[in-house]
Amino acid sequence: MADRIALKVARYRPEQDSEVTFQEYEVPCRKEWVVLDGLNYIKDYVDGTLSYRWSCRMGICGSCGMTVNGEPKLTCATFLTDYGSGPVRIEPLRNFPILRDLVVEIGDFLRKLTRVKPWIVRQDEKPLADGEYLQTPQELDEYKQFSMCINCMLCYAACPIYGLDPKFIGPAAIALAQRYNLDSRDEGARERHAVLSEHQGIWGCTFVGECTKVCPKNVDPAGAIQRYKLSTAVEALQSFFLPWGGR
Amino acid sequence: MSELYTEYHPRWLRTRVSTYWWLGRRSYFAFIARELSSVFVAWFVVYLLRLIRAVAQGPSAYERFLEWSAQPAILLLNVVTFVFVVFHAITWFNLAPQAIVAHFRGKRLPGTLITAANYAAWAVTSVLVAWLLLRA
Amino acid sequence: MARRPLEPFLWVLFSAGGVLAALFIPALVLLFGIAFPLGWLPPPSHSHLLAVIGHPVTRLIVFLLVALSLFHWAHRFRYTLYDGLQIKHLNELVNVGCYGAAIVGSLVGAYIVWAIP
Repeated sequence: MADRIALKVARYRPEQDSEVTFQEYEVPCRKEWVVLDGLNYIKDYVDGTLSYRWSCRMGICGSCGMTVNGEPKLTCATFLTDYGSGPVRIEPLRNFPILRDLVVEIGDFLRKLTRVKPWIVRQDEKPLADGEYLQTPQELDEYKQFSMCINCMLCYAACPIYGLDPKFIGPAAIALAQRYNLDSRDEGARERHAVLSEHQGIWGCTFVGECTKVCPKNVDPAGAIQRYKLSTAVEALQSFFLPWGGR
Repeated sequence: MSELYTEYHPRWLRTRVSTYWWLGRRSYFAFIARELSSVFVAWFVVYLLRLIRAVAQGPSAYERFLEWSAQPAILLLNVVTFVFVVFHAITWFNLAPQAIVAHFRGKRLPGTLITAANYAAWAVTSVLVAWLLLRA
Repeated sequence: MARRPLEPFLWVLFSAGGVLAALFIPALVLLFGIAFPLGWLPPPSHSHLLAVIGHPVTRLIVFLLVALSLFHWAHRFRYTLYDGLQIKHLNELVNVGCYGAAIVGSLVGAYIVWAIP
């Protein structure tokens, strides 16, 4: 393992650039260092003008997603030693507009997330005196996987459909909608259905499956989407052939 | 939320996705190949309907169909069709557990069981088809 | 963003077609497309084959296989053109072309299956 490793970092300064250029830096390569450590070294000792997002550096805040050697990765969870002698190419997350250097504009995702109402929706709340909502471990298992999402947007970077049509609501938004649809305490499936059943809702997805591959938390958004397609389609068939059936 | 550029608003850089995006990654290429397998499914439907029509028209029409099916171009097309149709079947059955979540007595069945059930159905169906056609 | 009430139904047709195509077509292609033409196995005699496809259950399964496989193709091909070639401006044309062809093919298939003596 070499002492130092080269990082080729994408730079974009809107006040002076009209396109992305690459700047190469050499950073120490320690056994336990991740790509984020390399970027922090650059910022602290080499080039303080480099801009990038990070926070918890332990894979839970979802801030540090970037494209490393062409793959969407959490830079706090990607070891420098995995790249041999380098160089390691670091670019901003794909499919999002670039604000500056490695920082992307994530407003689109945040707006879509709000639209799917990622909170418990109830027709009437239980009064406090009645106590808590009870849930069995089996009921928890139904949605637990989808609750692991840290909103890192690696899935959006990997999804070719989102890249081609930014109106597509996207993997994480649907997975999070499912997290609440499948929660036994929630009664908001109907409201979310209106958003999800738009043309660029779930029906834009063609099950490429890349989102599940890159997800650092094993949320399996592709599975969430296909399951929702199936349950929605079954419901549509039921209401078409048996319109008088009670719900 | 508007995206007007005010005087001090930074210029966002948007990279356009290339028409050849699907050549960029192995998994994207495999995805497009999987989707294009549907064209070979459609071709086989045409082939099957030609076959049935020939059988319905009598023994000589059936004979002519068999001769036509042995022509090198048609044979090659069908070999390629076979590869793509098997690719479709394998990818379809492997993805099934992500779409189908089954419960039995309150417990969730493992995904591998769903896949195995699909492959078993495939084997049974294929054997049935072969037996029906070959037993004369 | 328009609501598309047809999408769930089209997806069901696509899925059902995908299942039937995956189950039946590989064996059929292997036999009728490769093994029989190449002489690896003797093709069924005309009378036997006629008896098999003339059976009402076979007619039904063949029709379902034909119709649903065509809708499977139509749905998948439509999305591939939309995403792969990025020809969104021809959207309506692609939709009508694909599903129209599937409908026509299903009708032709129905006739051929019904016309078996």
